[in-house]
Amino acid sequence: MTESLAPTPSMRKVFDKPELLLNTEHSLCPGCGEPIALRLMLELIHELGLRERTICVAGIGCYTAFPMIMDIDVLQALHGRAPSVATGVKRVRPDAFVFTMQGDGDMVSEGLQEVLHSAARGERITAIVLNNGVFGETGGHATATTVIGQHTKTTPGGRSREQHGNPIKISELIAQLDGSAYVARAAVHTPASIKLTRQYLHDAFQCQLEGRGLSFVEILTMCPTDWFVAPDQGPAWLEENLKQAYPLGVIKSV
Amino acid sequence: MSRRVLMEGSCAMAEGAIQAGCRFYAGYPITPSTEILEYMATRLPQVGGVCMNAESEIEAIGMVWGAAGCGVRAMTASTGQGISLMQESFAELANAQIPIVAVNMCRGQGDYFQATRGGGHGDYRFIVLAPSSAQEAVDLIQQAFHLADKWRNPVMVMGDFLLAHTSELVEFHTPDEPPLPPKTWATTGAKDRPSLTLSPLGPAEKLSTNLAASLAAVTQKHPAIKAAEVRVDTGWTDDADLVVVAFGFPGRFAKYAVRLAREQGLRVGYIRPISLWPFPAEAVAAAAERAKALAVFELNAGQMIEDVQLAALGRVPIHAIGGISHDHSGFGVGPALTVDNVLARIRDLCPRAAA
Repeated sequence: MTESLAPTPSMRKVFDKPELLLNTEHSLCPGCGEPIALRLMLELIHELGLRERTICVAGIGCYTAFPMIMDIDVLQALHGRAPSVATGVKRVRPDAFVFTMQGDGDMVSEGLQEVLHSAARGERITAIVLNNGVFGETGGHATATTVIGQHTKTTPGGRSREQHGNPIKISELIAQLDGSAYVARAAVHTPASIKLTRQYLHDAFQCQLEGRGLSFVEILTMCPTDWFVAPDQGPAWLEENLKQAYPLGVIKSV
Repeated sequence: MSRRVLMEGSCAMAEGAIQAGCRFYAGYPITPSTEILEYMATRLPQVGGVCMNAESEIEAIGMVWGAAGCGVRAMTASTGQGISLMQESFAELANAQIPIVAVNMCRGQGDYFQATRGGGHGDYRFIVLAPSSAQEAVDLIQQAFHLADKWRNPVMVMGDFLLAHTSELVEFHTPDEPPLPPKTWATTGAKDRPSLTLSPLGPAEKLSTNLAASLAAVTQKHPAIKAAEVRVDTGWTDDADLVVVAFGFPGRFAKYAVRLAREQGLRVGYIRPISLWPFPAEAVAAAAERAKALAVFELNAGQMIEDVQLAALGRVPIHAIGGISHDHSGFGVGPALTVDNVLARIRDLCPRAAA
């Protein structure tokens, strides 16, 4: 009798609800990328033992549905205003772990000045932008990061340079400022990119813990609803459109 | 034992705030509020506090939001124009029940509506206090921090160019307020307690979505604040034919003009609302019962006069004796703000009041 080649079944748990997620139900659309980004943030806060000193400052967008299912303290800010609110938090509680969670409409359209000044000041916070190139919550309108050619309800023929202007590469802008210490752009559309996002978030959190300056992670997320594609087409659309305009990788680490 | 010191109103208010426990200030320079920022930049770090020269008024109030959300006594100051930029945050700070203190060093008195009606959205209210002297400003700003924490509601202190820049003798008393409950609502990290959310959009408890209930909790405080926090200075109203209503630093001019009118034998009294919200409606209503007419002296086109009308309910004629008055600087110390002018307007009305 030859030796059996059947694999030994492993009982190791390879996936579970994050410890700091209070409820696995959320109100976001099928195929949305934002819950994946949230999962990575919460897993890292748990792993790094930061829960008891974490204060998240949340912006306004689809992800505003998250604070009530995040098992950490969350200070809700207004649209565009998370960086100044987080500045106030960090300045009075320098030992707190402070991160902001904004969308591209929130950070790059409405609140561009806030994040630029916070970066220039070198605030010891981690600023996270979930960039899907569209106002998702309002139903598909152009933001400052909508890519050239992208169809939204306010760029009906596709975004054109002549009519609508050029999209802003927020990570590259932040990286130019002396107060930023770590800047990276990631995505959550493939298993490999999710793994890399986790690494970038980890390094950004570490940057804050070492007090090096503002750390910044841009995460490209799927929004099939407002890209007007089927939920399972989101990752491919991100790969072919958003990622072409916004290349992934570490942009700055000092 | 405290001693009296000669200080500009702005600096006196800033010092009063620090002595009331203010440990965070963020502001953007704008006349006539700038001296508060300057004073805070020097003094706050000496007491372990933080002063931020914010890049805009919108960021200033955002920073104050963050600090106050962590339970620290925090303040900003500006003038009407800058206060306009903060209105969205003001409305939502009230809805999130985050206590902050905002000073408006007005240009003139054109910001009465802005302060008492609010330029923001929704059903919120600010408690608004209007000092008429540096000493009163010190006392009121110290009360402002207590009231903000007590009611978990923002408080505004309204001054003006004259209050900001007039040096007067002031005395700093150690605030003697009853103890307040710990700020268990503050976002300080979920240590030894469940995690919480501090938001204008819903309750603190996780997994709860009852927005209507949390907004109702904000407005349900309003009747209690109205009942408890009216502040008013009145004089000679018992037998007055004419009662002059005026607030803030110009209220002090009006009060003096009324005193001179009394010395000249005219039966005139005054009401100086110290709290603009809640408005001292009962004092005005009582005056409207007894007097033959009311007069409102305010340096704007007629704003507080609407609250006087609401309180008087048509019982007596109400005369506007102020008006827009500016000098070339635009900061609001115009020619109408003289005791002689106020006295002349009182004398104009007195025969009618006595008739």
